[in-house]
Amino acid sequence: MLHPVPTLKETPSQTAGPYVHIGMTPNFCGITGVVDADLGKTMINGEVEGERINVAVNVFDGAGVPLFDGVVEIWQADASGNFTGPTAPNSNSAPAFTGWGRQPLTEAGAATFETVKPGRVPGPDGKLMAPHIALWIVARGINIGLQTRLYFEDEAEANASDFVLNKIMDKRRRETLIARKDGSTYTLDIHLQGEKETVFFDM
Amino acid sequence: MSGIILPGADGLLFQRDRDWHPPADTPGYKSSTFRAPKHSLLSLGPTKSEMTGPTFGHEKLGALDNDLIRNFSQDGTDAIGQRMIVYGQVLDENARPVPNTLVEYWQANAGGRYRHKKEGYLAALDPNFGGFGRSITDANGFYHFRTIKPGAYPWPNTGNDWRPAHIHFSVFGHAFAQRLITQMYFEGDPMIWQCPIVSTIPDKSAIDQLIARLDRLNTTPMDALCYRFDIVLRGRRSTMFENKLEGN
Repeated sequence: MLHPVPTLKETPSQTAGPYVHIGMTPNFCGITGVVDADLGKTMINGEVEGERINVAVNVFDGAGVPLFDGVVEIWQADASGNFTGPTAPNSNSAPAFTGWGRQPLTEAGAATFETVKPGRVPGPDGKLMAPHIALWIVARGINIGLQTRLYFEDEAEANASDFVLNKIMDKRRRETLIARKDGSTYTLDIHLQGEKETVFFDM
Repeated sequence: MSGIILPGADGLLFQRDRDWHPPADTPGYKSSTFRAPKHSLLSLGPTKSEMTGPTFGHEKLGALDNDLIRNFSQDGTDAIGQRMIVYGQVLDENARPVPNTLVEYWQANAGGRYRHKKEGYLAALDPNFGGFGRSITDANGFYHFRTIKPGAYPWPNTGNDWRPAHIHFSVFGHAFAQRLITQMYFEGDPMIWQCPIVSTIPDKSAIDQLIARLDRLNTTPMDALCYRFDIVLRGRRSTMFENKLEGN
């Protein structure tokens, strides 16, 4: 077994389709009474360390049309740079900070997450990566979920030495991952195509 | 070095086989035209941010969450349609079960109509059918739910395209990089092979992986058919353990 290879193939992806909100944010699209709240709507369930922020994303297609029928999920470390560990299978309490959020995109192609600014996490080279949030976008017309990242405008020094940002050869395209700051809100415009196409990853 | 390589708990995930998945830009499925990135994806191994992921306890689930026949019932009666159980095992590419992971599913009703304000198909809504549910896999990676068979339905892609009967699935795994959305089809349905969305997948054997098998032995007498649909998530690569066979 010197070179083990996978014995099974990953199940192939298919588009989430035009009605992904039914399955992932049912209350948002009017299917009420089945579950109390849409999963991932709230990331903070109690006292948490760190700076409270809003993360706003606006998603556009290649024609500049807002992606009105998609879903965005985020995953991030807490303010200390730790990820929320697995909950016990029969746990009855949600962690104070889940690290995971899910929001439907609105008619304007927008979603906002109330969260905390993440701490720094070590990268594969052992050095700390800049604070960042992992994003995953699905929608009609997207055949396999798109992976990208959000970085913070006010972390220029950390961004300059970030393992992932530095893998983007065209430096101008690094800017597509950096959210602009306005008070406690960080906003990132995501373009699926076009001159401002966001950098997407295969990670 | 006298080591042996085994599939390890510490290894990174296998790279996604992008030829097995549909490409981003698939002209036969027109919605992809403006939603497909044109630049190549930047291929990096997952970092800690992608090797970790959210987990969900059973406390999140209600008793009817995996019963689409009853979970939206307004008057206590069952949803209309061919009753069936859908079940399967979530595994990784190393054929290991993936326990305690969330599986979500949503579908049209028996007439092929979704409960959604933008849905314009003339088939009737079923007042007792919402069309979504969720399960957490057990210790062996199995999930199951009860539903009715969704209808096929037309869509305007090229004027008169039809979706085969299908159920949408969302699966988490234990790492954010394992996150997967797909669709399940039904064994023997000739509509599968004329669907522009199915056809975004280049390899016929990959499509075959999305076709649930009728499980005749597990049908419920005088009640429900049974289909089995296993789901495979990305698996972890090997790590080197020197002279150490345990721990895997």
